Amino acid sequence: MTPGAHAADWLWLIPALPLLGALVNGFFGKSMQARWGTRPISMIGCGVLIAAFALSVYSFMRLLGSSEPRILEQSLWSWIAVGDLQADFGFRVDPLSAVMILVVSGVGALIHIYSTGYMHEDAGYYRYFAYLNLFVWAMLTLVLGSNLLMMFIGWEGVGLCSYLLIGFWFTDVQKAIAGMKAFLVNRVGDLAFVVGAFALFWGLQRHEAATLDFEALRSAVPLLMHDTIFGFHLPTFVGICFFIGATGKSAQIPLYVWLPDAMAGPTPVSALIHAATMVTAGVYMIGRTSALYELAPGALHVVAAVGGATALFAATIGLVQTDIKKVLAYSTVSQLGYMFLGMGVAAYAGGIFHLMTHAFFKACLFLGSGSVIHAMHHEQDIRKMGGLRKYLPVTYRTFLVSTLAIAGLPPLAGFFSKDEILWKAWSSPLGNPVLWALGAVGAGLTAFYMARLVFLTFWGECRADEHTKHHLHESPRSMTMPLVVLAVLAVVGGWVGIPAALGGRNHIEHFLAPVFGVVQSAADSHAGGAAREGHVTEFATPGHTSETHAGEGQLPEPRRGGVGHPAPQGTTGTHAAGHGHDPLEYVFMAISVAIALFGIGLAHHMYVRRPELPEQLATRFRGVYRTLLNKYWVDEFYAATILRGTHWLSRFLAAFDAIVVDGIVNGAATVTRWVSTFGGGVDHYIVDGAVNGVAWVFRTLGGQARRLQTGVVQSYVLVVFVGVAAIIVLSRFL
Amino acid sequence: MGVQHYLFVSAVLASLGVIAMVSRRNAVSILMGIELILNAAALNFVAFGRYGRETAATPWLSGQIFGIFTIVLAAAEAAIALAIIIAIYHARANINADELQELRQ
Repeated sequence: MTPGAHAADWLWLIPALPLLGALVNGFFGKSMQARWGTRPISMIGCGVLIAAFALSVYSFMRLLGSSEPRILEQSLWSWIAVGDLQADFGFRVDPLSAVMILVVSGVGALIHIYSTGYMHEDAGYYRYFAYLNLFVWAMLTLVLGSNLLMMFIGWEGVGLCSYLLIGFWFTDVQKAIAGMKAFLVNRVGDLAFVVGAFALFWGLQRHEAATLDFEALRSAVPLLMHDTIFGFHLPTFVGICFFIGATGKSAQIPLYVWLPDAMAGPTPVSALIHAATMVTAGVYMIGRTSALYELAPGALHVVAAVGGATALFAATIGLVQTDIKKVLAYSTVSQLGYMFLGMGVAAYAGGIFHLMTHAFFKACLFLGSGSVIHAMHHEQDIRKMGGLRKYLPVTYRTFLVSTLAIAGLPPLAGFFSKDEILWKAWSSPLGNPVLWALGAVGAGLTAFYMARLVFLTFWGECRADEHTKHHLHESPRSMTMPLVVLAVLAVVGGWVGIPAALGGRNHIEHFLAPVFGVVQSAADSHAGGAAREGHVTEFATPGHTSETHAGEGQLPEPRRGGVGHPAPQGTTGTHAAGHGHDPLEYVFMAISVAIALFGIGLAHHMYVRRPELPEQLATRFRGVYRTLLNKYWVDEFYAATILRGTHWLSRFLAAFDAIVVDGIVNGAATVTRWVSTFGGGVDHYIVDGAVNGVAWVFRTLGGQARRLQTGVVQSYVLVVFVGVAAIIVLSRFL
Repeated sequence: MGVQHYLFVSAVLASLGVIAMVSRRNAVSILMGIELILNAAALNFVAFGRYGRETAATPWLSGQIFGIFTIVLAAAEAAIALAIIIAIYHARANINADELQELRQ
């Protein structure tokens, strides 16, 4: 138990409820659906989520009301206790987990409700809800788990559920393959994650401070400051391994390829898993292990660079896609890139803030697209849409609000979170203008392609065929209600993080600040426990506006020297890189708003005022257009290199198996056969020969002796008398 | 006339018996040869009994008594042998000794 943490014996219920729902729907759903229809399944599926959300809210309230340190904890049982490894089956709610469980269970509950409308005609309705509940269980375990192993349960669980849900309509081979692709790509990342966890544990073991508990890790990792593994700086190695894991789960370069294909799943699944929650697991994980990253600025640079590059790269692909869900998929990849950019410049709170706002508006966008697809009879090509705003007014309005939010227009949610990240990308000690430029250009592209999506889908003339047009209708209440709620959140969700420069208090940053960075323990006396408590409190004190980013405060230290213990106590509270009223900050805000407006304006010009322009541009810049349309041929590149390499390796190994391994086996058999033949010969000719030879000798002797018995009585008599005579004669002479 | 005359006659009888046994094929003839040899032996007993010294081991008339035993034995032996020969004749209709060789195998 973390010193000072508050016991909270209801925490286990938060993940357990969705698990219960998954079990009930999974095992009894089929017969329930056959007997009573979909209603009881919806009641269970949504009910457990709403209950979990209520408990999350309750936990959040308790957390707000509790004294420092703000940690609620419940350890159910000691799960693994082997040598130095102590892992509890326990849950912990700190500010970071609180934000995550609110988002997961809140957005999750809305999407469950939406699904009751979207999926109501599906024969696999019970199966769908079982998977969805199971996913929520896994995600809640991921964010509530108090140690790396608990997190790993959730980590693998969401991967599994993602596979199940992408391939939900598995009778379509393409969709089943998309599910497998997601699973396999995720496995690549998971491997790196596990390797990182092992390396971390190995390193701590050497300092006799082995632990996997997150709170304990925060004070233990500074011990690793000077350790190396395979010649690499250990924290950097672990950080990069974790980040590779995150690129798999959170769809970053180079492992993002599964996410666009994941759009094969039902649209609410895309909203829940592939936009709002699961893909944020990587971001959460980096926030959770931020203490480690504090020691490894190199790893943070990698995170920031990959995040920034992904943000721009995915946005460019999003420009030309024509499938409504594909556009949103690349948008998701791009937005996740922003989050990693934020994490990479040690603006952890900013990254988590964007995670939250993104969950609202991206879930809204996906559900909106689902509503459109529902209305269009599963038509996803935006070239065949248009003019839908008069048929789907609620969908249109919510979609528009979310689009403006993602584009980053004030005062909508996206503005505050994205601006926070961009500002940090410039101003943080780890930031630099290149990162900012990547983000800023990406932001412009985001505004452009999202506006394009709105204009092509909802504005102009309807390009659908008559039949579809005839049946266009607004979606049922169960679907529009979540849209409205999410749209409202997309508006107000950012208001918890209004920066000081705009007169806000940036509540979320202060709320989250205690979670990040190293906990300065008595690093000299490795044991940590009691001495730590005081410092946790110190970090956790919500500061005045111009202080306390535990993360930032810590950072310069390891960067400067790399010698000595990082983050001496004094750095806390003195450093103020954050929200001073730097005039530059206003300039940047103005720039990002201008960029967003420019993107929207350009889209308006191209797709509303002069609709022929995109065609012309596509013809003129044919090469660029084709490159983007084909997603830079990355899938083809992977197919040509990694897949073919793997096939080649497999064939090589198969040949190796057939020739060398089988050869050895067969050779051994041949040799054995030779030896056996020889042994058989020895046995046959020598051993048996000796035996038979003895028998032969006696038989021959017997055969000779047999001749004496002629059967002729007279000859016996003769022999007897000759013998008698011989005895008499001999007795005469002897 | 001494003991050697008796012994000579006895030796001739025994020799004739052996010759009869070896040379004749008929089982009855062989039996007669045996009888000759037995009588030769009995003649020896009687001769030694008449001319031999009396000792504690060989009291008076002991040779003659052995001769009578031998005659009785020869009678019994002849009875049994003739019974066997008749049995064989019943089974085989043949009493040639050199054709009765089944025991050889």
